[in-house]
Amino acid sequence: MTLLVVLEHDRGEMAEASREALTSARDLAAKLDEPLHAVLVGEEAEPLAEEAAKFGAEVVHVASHDLLTDYGPDAWAETVRQLAEELDAVAVMAVGTDRGNEVMAQIAAREDLPFVANCLSVDAGDPWELTRVQWGGSLLEDVTLDADRKLLSIAHHAVVAEPAPEAADGDVEQFEPDLDDEMSVTMVRDRVVLTQGITLSTAPVVVSGGRGVGSADGFAVLDELAELLGGVVGCSRAVTNNGWRPHASQVGQTGTRIAPEIYIATGISGAIQHWVGAMASKKILAINTDPEANMVVKADYAVLADLHKVVPAISEEIRRRRAG
Amino acid sequence: MRILCCVKRVPAPGAKINVSADGQSVETAHLGFTTSPHEECAVEEAIQLAERHDGTVTVLTLGPPEAEEQLRYAASVGAHELVLIPTDGTNWDPQRTALALTKAIVELESGDPFDLVLFGNESADSGGFQVGVRVAHALGRPMVNGIKGIDIEGDQITARRAVDAGFEVYELPRPAVLGVKEGINLPRYPTMKGRLASKKVEMATADVDAEPGGQLMVKLQQPEEQVSKTEILGDSPEAASKVVDLLEELGVL
Ligand SMILES: Cc1cc2nc3c(=O)[nH]c(=O)nc-3n(C[C@H](O)[C@H](O)[C@H](O)COP(=O)(O)OP(=O)(O)OC[C@H]3O[C@@H](n4cnc5c(N)ncnc54)[C@H](O)[C@@H]3O)c2cc1C
Ligand SMILES: Nc1ncnc2c1ncn2[C@@H]1O[C@H](COP(=O)(O)O)[C@@H](O)[C@H]1O
Repeated sequence: MTLLVVLEHDRGEMAEASREALTSARDLAAKLDEPLHAVLVGEEAEPLAEEAAKFGAEVVHVASHDLLTDYGPDAWAETVRQLAEELDAVAVMAVGTDRGNEVMAQIAAREDLPFVANCLSVDAGDPWELTRVQWGGSLLEDVTLDADRKLLSIAHHAVVAEPAPEAADGDVEQFEPDLDDEMSVTMVRDRVVLTQGITLSTAPVVVSGGRGVGSADGFAVLDELAELLGGVVGCSRAVTNNGWRPHASQVGQTGTRIAPEIYIATGISGAIQHWVGAMASKKILAINTDPEANMVVKADYAVLADLHKVVPAISEEIRRRRAG
Repeated sequence: MRILCCVKRVPAPGAKINVSADGQSVETAHLGFTTSPHEECAVEEAIQLAERHDGTVTVLTLGPPEAEEQLRYAASVGAHELVLIPTDGTNWDPQRTALALTKAIVELESGDPFDLVLFGNESADSGGFQVGVRVAHALGRPMVNGIKGIDIEGDQITARRAVDAGFEVYELPRPAVLGVKEGINLPRYPTMKGRLASKKVEMATADVDAEPGGQLMVKLQQPEEQVSKTEILGDSPEAASKVVDLLEELGVL
């Protein structure tokens, strides 16, 4: 019996999410008193075994097959399913990324087993009790899990990745799954690489506008401030729904999660679905005419005035100081 | 071309999501309801594809009888057929939901599969990331989640999935299943004419049920809130100088 962790990597580069997965799996494996195994799928995966060992993987299974040269949910899930079967794994876990959740859901569908997505904590008692996130993190759900093999994902960013106090052996074992050609149907056919500068998720400063901006043109003052600060412009869903800004700029549950040094939220009420996307910001400055707005109440700093007057005044002040 | 969309009725909370006293549901006494955002985009995408390829759009939901509201909304923006799987409004786990949806879809198809079945990437409330995958597997069809672009040419469906560095491209044969993410399109608003027409669209019901799965909800709870005191920097543009002081302090200037 084992605890099996699915690792993600991008052609040879271990994903931070996988370090998180191993970090929380280590605790669980200790409580279950089961060995911790990891599985790496696809080409160029083998050099990562050492890294996995640092994070506590006793055995690293490297799965290879013609159908695993690029990502495909069917081939990946079937590979992990077969390995879990062979190891008689008590539990299989991944991190709740797009891929992690997709692969776990595919395994669950194949085995008709439950799959608990985006867990924050796992208590492997009798029965297993887990806490998972709903509403993109705005609400928590306690569940019990009754299954012969436990399938779960750990919410991304729920734990801070830390190497094991002592590196594990990380013995590499090759695994060749038995895959049907049919599974190539869902394999990635092509990649389109978009080169971008700083993006919403990586920008040190995000200047956002909500319905209070009033129009697409109204964003000019935010564009100006963001440029002066070397940041990017974000927005609320009310703004994207009005077609004032593209969805790529949306912060929130169904948009992007951000974590800048400072988030300047103007004309945004701070609905919970917006807030979950913004709450990881180090500091938040709200500019809003309504002192009761949730964004104002939850922010670190606020200016209670018309954004169309305050934002240009900030840009002006920055220019004045730079000139002086 | 026939396209099916599976949508879920969810509450539309404001500043906070309150939990009912028994911890079994979201307190909805003062809330409106909506369709999960990803699924609203799935419906829009289906309508656009149907417009381009001379097709029809069926929208299916599993929920309380009040979910008729979300089906009518879909009709008001152009869906042709509406189907409700009525429940008593209690929480159904993902396995039970997927099995019931599958039964209803098999019934609706009666041997003639939908060319494309669309789901949301995840439901807005429970966010299990799995119902679409389970249904696709039960129907024996390929499925990819997280889709932000769909093109159909002949028998081939090209789907694009957004990843950090750009897009992954998938090519699936029909019939297929896709999970759609918000941002794939900008959903239209209903017109007055659309609203009136939606009232006349027939709503079918599918009486199907399934056994509960192995994930059992015990209770809902609010996450702990970090309470911070807001420092008010001013109530006029004069506050700009304090804001810039702050920006300097944080080292972002
Ligand atoms: C399932 C679900 C998912 C969602 N996902 C997201 C998401 O990812 N991201 C998101 O943003 N929303 C999301 N929403 C929508 C969310 O619930 C809110 O409707 C939305 O965030 C409101 O946008 P807003 O704050 O811009 O508009 P409003 O709530 O209308 O707020 C406008 C604010 O502007 C202020 N204001 C007006 N004029 C001025 C002025 N001249 N100067 C300064 N302030 C002014 C007002 O006081 C008010 O606070 C989601 C909703 C649901 C149901
Ligand atoms: N009750 C329901 N009725 C119809 N479709 C649903 C229902 N629950 C989930 N779905 C669909 O399945 C997708 C994934 O849901 P979930 O697994 O809960 O994240 C959603 O985006 C919907 O398209």
